[in-house]
Amino acid sequence: MEYINLVFEEVYKILFLLVPVLVSVAMIVWLDRRVWAFVQKRQGPNVVGPFGLLQSLADALKYIFKEIIIPASSNKIIFILAPIITMTLALIAWAVIPFGEDQVLANINVGILYIFAVSSLGVYGIIMGGWASNSKYPFLGSIRSAAQMVSYEVSIGIIIINVLLCVGSLNLSDIVLAQQKIWFIIPLFPMFVIFFISALAETNRPPFDLPEAEAELVAGYQTEYSGMMYAMFWLGEYANILLMCALGSILFLGGWLSPIDLYPFNLIPGAIWLILKILLLFILFALVKAVVPRYRYDQLMRLGWKIFLPFSLTYVVLTASYLFYFNLLPTL
Amino acid sequence: MKITRFLKTIFMVDFATGLLIALREMFKTKKTINYPFEKGKISPRFRGEHALRRYPNGEERCIACKLCEAVCPAQAITIESAERSDGSRKTTRYDIDMMKCIYCGLCEESCPVDAIVQGPNFEFSTETREELYYTKEKLLDNGDRWENILAANIKSDNPYR
Repeated sequence: MEYINLVFEEVYKILFLLVPVLVSVAMIVWLDRRVWAFVQKRQGPNVVGPFGLLQSLADALKYIFKEIIIPASSNKIIFILAPIITMTLALIAWAVIPFGEDQVLANINVGILYIFAVSSLGVYGIIMGGWASNSKYPFLGSIRSAAQMVSYEVSIGIIIINVLLCVGSLNLSDIVLAQQKIWFIIPLFPMFVIFFISALAETNRPPFDLPEAEAELVAGYQTEYSGMMYAMFWLGEYANILLMCALGSILFLGGWLSPIDLYPFNLIPGAIWLILKILLLFILFALVKAVVPRYRYDQLMRLGWKIFLPFSLTYVVLTASYLFYFNLLPTL
Repeated sequence: MKITRFLKTIFMVDFATGLLIALREMFKTKKTINYPFEKGKISPRFRGEHALRRYPNGEERCIACKLCEAVCPAQAITIESAERSDGSRKTTRYDIDMMKCIYCGLCEESCPVDAIVQGPNFEFSTETREELYYTKEKLLDNGDRWENILAANIKSDNPYR
């Protein structure tokens, strides 16, 4: 009995996190389309619900009732597994995101490594989808995507090392608490910019949406998918984007901390500050999508390996030497 | 020159300018309209769905001269005529195949009595092809329904003809 209670308690906790995340994924899709439309002076989705907020739910309903087509020559098990893996991996990473002091599902002390590992595994969903489709466009798209995600993960890893040097802990809550004096965006501003761009590439957002470059690859690894399976890829993608925004606001924008530690601002709960920061970053994501044209594949690789990697490595050395020289290294 | 370009690249000047422009454009008035709820303005010369008009006393305008049938480049119009009991020539059949029609407006131009006209309605899609074979009844019905607008359009366009 005791054991079952414990299980239920955990399940409730997980649902309490997952349901808001999924709802906000739906809202964020709406926000993305709306911002994109506004930049182009269009109206965007504004019919379903107030301001069109329920558009994503209507879309989801449409996807649920659509037929799922599984290509005859595909590897059926892997084909079905791929979107499930993508979405699961995008969602389980949320377990370690702190929404306030002690407001975290799993307060593990290697939180950042966990997120890093899970987001690296995200490549599997895409490459499995592309491989199992047994068709050339999905295959080429997934190969590109895998190469792209792997290269940008390297620079994200080194950027994270910069932050860790200043914190001295892998725990996400500790990272936020270390920013009480000054947010890391100020001393590490170039790293924030590179993190943002790498996050765009990591989540296959424009201008780095080469895996689904419709001009040359139809829809990349999603070409053979339809109905709810396509929607799951799509959900996973946006959950990943949201996760990257959350990670960015925790690493650089002070997580749940309020911008000014003064009376009226302290009263607002930390979760709301975190959500506001995530939203701010996401609007930037959406704006970039509207502004920048798609990169060519060789440009993408050059940016990742020849510019970001050396630059962030140099910055690691600079940060480390600065901290060491002024005796600011965090005590472990 | 090379140095300015280098600096521009590493500080992402062009990108930042682009973002600022995007931000500025976001708050400008929208160029699109909520289509099914509000519609764009249509010129009096707009060539939409066809209609056969009547005189104010209820008499059909069409005199079965078949000029429209002859001029129609898509050969979408089929007319058959007969003498009515009062001796006047009237159509017994006036069909337009709306799927053949290219909406060029030549029938309207050729008509000596302003009987066949193209109205402002462009929302007449149907679920079956059969519904798009317009008969005389359908066309006259259209004329009765849109008469006010059709007459006003012809009147406002008249000075330019």
